[in-house]
Amino acid sequence: MKLKLASMVLAGVMAAAPAMAELVFPSLSYRTGPYAVNGIPFADGYADYFTLINERDGGIGGVPIKMIECETGYNTEKGVECYEATKGQGSLLYQPLSTGITYQIIPKASSDGIPVHSMGYGRTSAANGKVFEWIFNYPANYWNGASVAINHILDINGGDIAGKSIALVYHNSAYGKEPIRTLEELSAKHGFNLKTIAVDHPGQEQKSQWLQIRREKPDYVVMWGWGVMNPVAIQEAVNIRYPMENLIGIWWSGSENDVIPAGVGADGYKALAFHGVGSDYPLYGDLQKYVVDAGKAAGAGDQLGTVIYNRGIYAAMLAVEAAKKAQEISGVAQITPAMMREGMEALEISEALMTELGLPGFGPTFNVTCENHGGEGYGAVTQWDANAKKWSLITDYGPSDMDVIGALVAEDSAAYAAENKISERCN
Amino acid sequence: MIYREAGDFKTTYKDDSQTFPIKFDRWGYYVILAIAFLVIPFVINDYWANAVFVPFLIYAIAALGLNILIGYCGQLSLGTGGFMAVGAYAVYKLMTAFPDVSMLVHVVIAGLITTCVGILFGLPSLRIKGFYLAVATLAAQFFLVWLFNKVPWFYNNSASGMINSPERTVFGVIVTGPDTSAAAKYLFCLVFLVAVAWIARNLTRGSIGRKWMAIRDMDIAAEIIGVNPLTAKLSAFAVSSFFIGISGALFFSIYLGAAEVGEAFGIQKSFLILFMVIIGGLGSIFGSFAGAAFMVLMPVLLKNVLVGWLGWPTDLAAHMEFIIVGGLIIAFLIIEPHGLAQLWRLTKEKLRLWPFPH
Repeated sequence: MKLKLASMVLAGVMAAAPAMAELVFPSLSYRTGPYAVNGIPFADGYADYFTLINERDGGIGGVPIKMIECETGYNTEKGVECYEATKGQGSLLYQPLSTGITYQIIPKASSDGIPVHSMGYGRTSAANGKVFEWIFNYPANYWNGASVAINHILDINGGDIAGKSIALVYHNSAYGKEPIRTLEELSAKHGFNLKTIAVDHPGQEQKSQWLQIRREKPDYVVMWGWGVMNPVAIQEAVNIRYPMENLIGIWWSGSENDVIPAGVGADGYKALAFHGVGSDYPLYGDLQKYVVDAGKAAGAGDQLGTVIYNRGIYAAMLAVEAAKKAQEISGVAQITPAMMREGMEALEISEALMTELGLPGFGPTFNVTCENHGGEGYGAVTQWDANAKKWSLITDYGPSDMDVIGALVAEDSAAYAAENKISERCN
Repeated sequence: MIYREAGDFKTTYKDDSQTFPIKFDRWGYYVILAIAFLVIPFVINDYWANAVFVPFLIYAIAALGLNILIGYCGQLSLGTGGFMAVGAYAVYKLMTAFPDVSMLVHVVIAGLITTCVGILFGLPSLRIKGFYLAVATLAAQFFLVWLFNKVPWFYNNSASGMINSPERTVFGVIVTGPDTSAAAKYLFCLVFLVAVAWIARNLTRGSIGRKWMAIRDMDIAAEIIGVNPLTAKLSAFAVSSFFIGISGALFFSIYLGAAEVGEAFGIQKSFLILFMVIIGGLGSIFGSFAGAAFMVLMPVLLKNVLVGWLGWPTDLAAHMEFIIVGGLIIAFLIIEPHGLAQLWRLTKEKLRLWPFPH
């Protein structure tokens, strides 16, 4: 009996010991369900970058990364289950890639003391670090996206879009409704007419919406779509012969999966971006060598170089850099979620750093501070070349209208703070 | 041998007509209640509360509500998701408008508001039956989801249309919001489930329940023997919506904490609860529990077995879950078309005779 007990304790210690020397990054992925077409490349990119860091560098600061994958199917209830299942395993950072799940874990993670990075999605006002201590959404959020799209239209029109009409075609959910308020403010500021057109989940049927667009002929269409809604919308736009270069999607509406089904008709379609496209970066050499050729690629290994795969890479890269920063600040290799948060808050992404990582010019440069968890809000525009089947960046990372957005962020986060009785930090 | 009525003498009518006439059943019921109230709250952790118990309790309330409508009164409804949304948005408006009032009151009032909406959408049931009624309630489902998406007043004009449950208390104990303890969440839902199940059981044993069943079995005959179809059908809609409203309120405020109407209360929720009722057993209180347990716990169990123990890739496991749960549903319905409750009933019949069946 004693022997049995002793061996059980020993087994327990042995099971616990290796778990100590690991940095745990849960991946709440969705490889199934209606949004799997976008969830798979992101999950693959996220996993492959961590594999690369483990294989090439032996982890972050010598501590290997352990990625726990949990399937959410983009379903908030499964998201809860995944969060609860992984949070006890030393998770350092959550990136759920779903606005619904992000909203749900914002209060929970803040209470449990685990940082959340909703990169280019989630609750926009989380950019206000004074209220949202544990939530980050650098380098850009939806309101930056809306403003970058309008700035692009301003550029095309020589800075004057008064009297023009712009339609917003959006996914009728929390995600799709995010840009409306910003666009309304911008419409008042620049004098364009805004028309919002909702598409209900999942968006396979959009005939009436695009009929409305054909009838009203807006000068530009901005689109907030996700999953199957995107290819359907682009196909419908092609069908009504809407000029593709006047159709601008958010970064979640700008992947290969969205434009390829529409064939050559989609040529010239534009989408926003906050990171580089294609596989023309030195990092891809290492990925090929350490991950793909070693047979360690996640999933089917066929997503390399796609837009959303790159986004997964970018998300993992920012996570790893923040972890490095955290190790540097705390002087400890085995960081805790609280140290991770400090690392994220001190994160500085410079051109030199990106070049060193093998990703020169991959994203905008930005600094995170205690007050600003959203970065500088720079974004770029990409365009689809249907003949070459390639996305390419057609602008530099340009600024968004922070006068308008800053005020909206302050307003929305103040409402959240009042509702949840949070007092402001960083003062 | 142990499970039998022999030797268990009843000397009053009251004893004879109690819910659990067999001693073994009665003791089993007391033991389960004791464990649920006195043991689980002390051992429960966040994972068990949020992934297993709380969703099970809440879905069981919803399944009870739908079972009253479909199983006892025979009125087919596909509007469950919409009625849950009414409960959720009602409790949200109440929580934000009256922060100092106890959550117990809010949830009950949310249930009452849903009752009113349910009666309103139940009116067509006086004229139409069966599949046609299902279509009418389907319209309620779509209308309600559209309404909560369209009118910003319901979500307090937030930018994204999401509703978030702020921190609220019952007798000084936090029951909503992120700082809620697992035990508080669990107990709060458990109290509602026990109350609702107790009401449901006693209603269905009494004259109201008998009227419902008369309407279900043959409405013309019921009318001839003096059952008023107006009150019988509308009372079924009222009680059912009350329960479903409570479950919707708990679903949003206790379980999810943040919800979006299309995602959380869409048509798939109506179907999920309908499946629970059908698999559990129409017209059975136990069936509602069994169906909710099957549909909520099976996927979680399979996920933990396939991913946690066998180490399968998550996407493969997710697909296998669909296949296995789907296969089990078909298998159960072939083996016993009257649901898990009927299997349980048969087991009890056999147990009474065991070990001497002849």
